[in-house]
Amino acid sequence: MKARITVMLKNGVLDPQGKAIQGALSSLGFSGVEDVRQGKVIEIELATADADAARRDLDAMCQKLIANTVIETYRIELA
Amino acid sequence: MKSAVVVFPGINRERDMAKALELASGVAPHMIWHAETELPDVDVVAVPGGFSYGDYLRCGAIAARAPIMDAIHRHAARGGYVIGVCNGFQILTEAGLLPGALLRNASLKFACKVVRLRVDNADTAFSNAYAAGAVIRNPIAHGEGNYFADAETIARLEGDGRVVFRYCDAAGETTMAADPNGSLNHIAGILNERGNVLGMMPHPEDFVEPLHGCTEGRGIFDSLVRAVAA
Repeated sequence: MKARITVMLKNGVLDPQGKAIQGALSSLGFSGVEDVRQGKVIEIELATADADAARRDLDAMCQKLIANTVIETYRIELA
Repeated sequence: MKSAVVVFPGINRERDMAKALELASGVAPHMIWHAETELPDVDVVAVPGGFSYGDYLRCGAIAARAPIMDAIHRHAARGGYVIGVCNGFQILTEAGLLPGALLRNASLKFACKVVRLRVDNADTAFSNAYAAGAVIRNPIAHGEGNYFADAETIARLEGDGRVVFRYCDAAGETTMAADPNGSLNHIAGILNERGNVLGMMPHPEDFVEPLHGCTEGRGIFDSLVRAVAA
């Protein structure tokens, strides 16, 4: 089973990389870009076919390592 | 004072840290590989700077889950001293030994220069060799030193005097211009609640002997020697 985890900085946490992308977009002439936030995507291949078990494991992985919940949120999607 | 320096793959400041600890205490520290699960009998554990695991995932994230970390948690829980510098500070926050997180510098630039720090609490195991309010010079070299914590945590750190070092100018004023990375409240170094774990982004171990051109970082190691002897 394939899982995709999206990690984003929490709202309110300064994202200078997003700001830099926003600045570059506007200098390229793209107007109306009101905000840009940059995150990361992690794809994980799991042995199990049990979606509930997979979600439990993935949630533990996010809590323990993949996300730093002081500054980040995460979203788990199963394919 | 007996000490240990923890070595992770990708760390590069461990020898300077060892040198500084030896200079202050007269005893060479143990060098402990990250895959070890026990620490020798020591008073102080130092987590040095560098780029553990190439800063993959997040700075310090992988190192914070290394086998040696359980032993460091136990050492801290017993009241043993822990000092984390630069990547070491990032590792200690990732490990939950210190609150908050170190974000990308607000400038988005790697900052490599000498900064000034104000000693905001000289009544700690890590700063007792300085006068309160003293301004010291220390080098920095980091891309992710922008200290962040939620408002409640910041209020608690400030209220408890746990902000030990703050970026400042030559007159001791904390200004945006003197802050190299955009840290909240210009925080450069903090203590845990019990006062036995310190994390700081600047490198005191780089300013300990005359050859360095400045010895104003030496006080941090001398403070530990005093604290251990007390």
